Amino acid sequence: MERKIRVLVAKPGLDGHDRGAKIVARALRDAGMEVIYTGLHQTAEMIVEAAIQEDVDVLGLSLLSGAHMTLFVDVTRLLKKKGMNDVLVIGGGIIPKEDVPKLKKEGICGVFGPGTPCEEIVDFIKKNVKK
Amino acid sequence: MFDKKELEKIKKEKDKWEKESYLETINKQPERKEKFENLSSNEIKNLYTPLDISNLNYIKDIGFPGDYPFLRGVYPSLHRGRIWTMRQFAGFGSAEETNQRYKYLLEHGETGLSVAFDYPTLYGYDTDHPMSRGEFGKCGVAVSSLEDMEILFKDIPIDKVTTSMTINGPAAIVWGFYIANAENRGISKEVIGGTIQNDILKEYIAQKSYIFPPEPSMRLIIDTFEYGTKYVPRWNTISISGYHIREAGSTAVQELAFTVGDGIEYVKWAIKRGLKVDDFAPRLSFFFNAHNDLFEEIAKYRAARRIWAKELKKIGAKNPRSLLMRFHTQTAGCSLTAQQPEINIVRVTIQALAAVIGGTQSLHTNSMDEALALPSEKAVRIALRTQQIIAEESGVIDTIDPLGGSYYIEWLTDEMEEQTYKYWDRVEKLGGVLSAIEKGFYQREIANSAYKYQKEIDDNKRTIVGVNNYQTDEPVDIPILKMDEKGEERQINRLKKLRKNRDNNKVKRSLSNLRKVAEGDENMIPYIIDCVHSYATLGETCQVLRDVFGEYDEIAIY
Repeated sequence: MERKIRVLVAKPGLDGHDRGAKIVARALRDAGMEVIYTGLHQTAEMIVEAAIQEDVDVLGLSLLSGAHMTLFVDVTRLLKKKGMNDVLVIGGGIIPKEDVPKLKKEGICGVFGPGTPCEEIVDFIKKNVKK
Repeated sequence: MFDKKELEKIKKEKDKWEKESYLETINKQPERKEKFENLSSNEIKNLYTPLDISNLNYIKDIGFPGDYPFLRGVYPSLHRGRIWTMRQFAGFGSAEETNQRYKYLLEHGETGLSVAFDYPTLYGYDTDHPMSRGEFGKCGVAVSSLEDMEILFKDIPIDKVTTSMTINGPAAIVWGFYIANAENRGISKEVIGGTIQNDILKEYIAQKSYIFPPEPSMRLIIDTFEYGTKYVPRWNTISISGYHIREAGSTAVQELAFTVGDGIEYVKWAIKRGLKVDDFAPRLSFFFNAHNDLFEEIAKYRAARRIWAKELKKIGAKNPRSLLMRFHTQTAGCSLTAQQPEINIVRVTIQALAAVIGGTQSLHTNSMDEALALPSEKAVRIALRTQQIIAEESGVIDTIDPLGGSYYIEWLTDEMEEQTYKYWDRVEKLGGVLSAIEKGFYQREIANSAYKYQKEIDDNKRTIVGVNNYQTDEPVDIPILKMDEKGEERQINRLKKLRKNRDNNKVKRSLSNLRKVAEGDENMIPYIIDCVHSYATLGETCQVLRDVFGEYDEIAIY
């Protein structure tokens, strides 16, 4: 049997807006993926550690506070440092369009803003996951 | 309200209309949907008539504004007497920048202030704490000490304008900053007016900026009730909030049921402490969301007022002011779209209309750009103008509760009240509010509603203009707020200087006194105000309480 795609959905920092993260987690689960949700208030270290422990293929970061340029980048840099180059990293939240290319350069391959249908995220993961 | 004979006649005529006229029409042309539902998944009928509210007694169930059960409004003349307070929730970057924004808003006709704090402040961390990384000024203004509060309200007449502060976990400390700042400016505690949100139950349920476990959190809140009643009589010591429950994805009925239920829980705790309900209940205030379904929202506010009055009466309140559900409303942030952001102005107008017709005491209208970033000056001005147009041009406030007596509205009000009591029964069976939180009941209910709503949009069963229908390729072109990049550095330097220059013996002494009191059971507020006056920072003061009370951690449910 083919191994299910394993996804870690993570909430870095202090932001408590978890509606989107939970909806995406559930939509990915309903699409047949294995989903682990970190819960709130995670540091970059905690997220990367969980990604290693859970041996995930995808890491989804969610942040609506506006601190994505710091907190998303902390995570991707630490991932690189730990040699986790195979993990597909995506992000979502209130992210102004001028930040999107900067995040992509830092290794956040997909950035999803408000109004994104869940299906679009599912398709993106299926297409881009490194297996 | 109608006599029996009249009702029978109406029933006969309605059956006839249904059979001959209505069915014939929809047989020729079917209706747009098989089933019409509102946002709480209640089926909405084609037509409401006296038959749907035949159980209502006008005097007993509807009554008059300012009279029990306050369904039609908490004051006799409502907005004919005084327009609601226009209170735009605002805060970003440093205290200096936000101070400028407040002055801008007041200059343009805002009538009350409302502070948005950044995440570190909401969690009781100073700007230079490691957990604050990246968050300075992002979601609101950073206030780490009395000095920041002084700057935030510099040259603003806090003896005249009232201020609402969205702060929960560390509410008592931030309130202390406000009180101490007033005192230092020679303004008495008895004069200042405003609100601290101070509603920890909805933090566990939905907003998630909690710090301490439930028991000590509730103790702090009751401390503020007790202190406020005695020394800060014009302050609303809590704003029991459904707003965030709704933003997290609940339905209108869930928002209503969970929020008013939380309100009763606070009353119970205060009474358990030995406070008299008529001493503190008049200072309890509420905060609701205004979402897209105009009539459902209006019915929600009306039902909330009636339920609250009934329940407080049951509890034994005698002072009529204890029965008044006064509330603030904010239009639904979660309903705003990043696509075609200008059309959010229209959404906000409809939502604000619901709040006004629903009898709100104060109102925040969202800015069109809030699904993209914090609001720009122009966007927030348009949002404020929206309120001014409703107030001054639309005429909707010239009569009180204009939809009162509408068969549909009265039916829906009743229906929402009934469903609220059903939710309360479920909570009771789970062992009450705190136990239901621990068991994840509310969190699961909200997550289910949020997912259902999203699925309906994804499956095109619910239209969101610009998102799943009527899209355009036109690029979004509205200015985004830029913050002062030097703000964080300036704030960190200010904190360093403060810690060096203040009387550190005094700080140590006040913090150690607070620790002792926190370990016992005396009211903590006077000791918190002492810490604040000594220029102990938010983080330092909160850390004392963290040490004594521990921290809360939730079980994540999705």
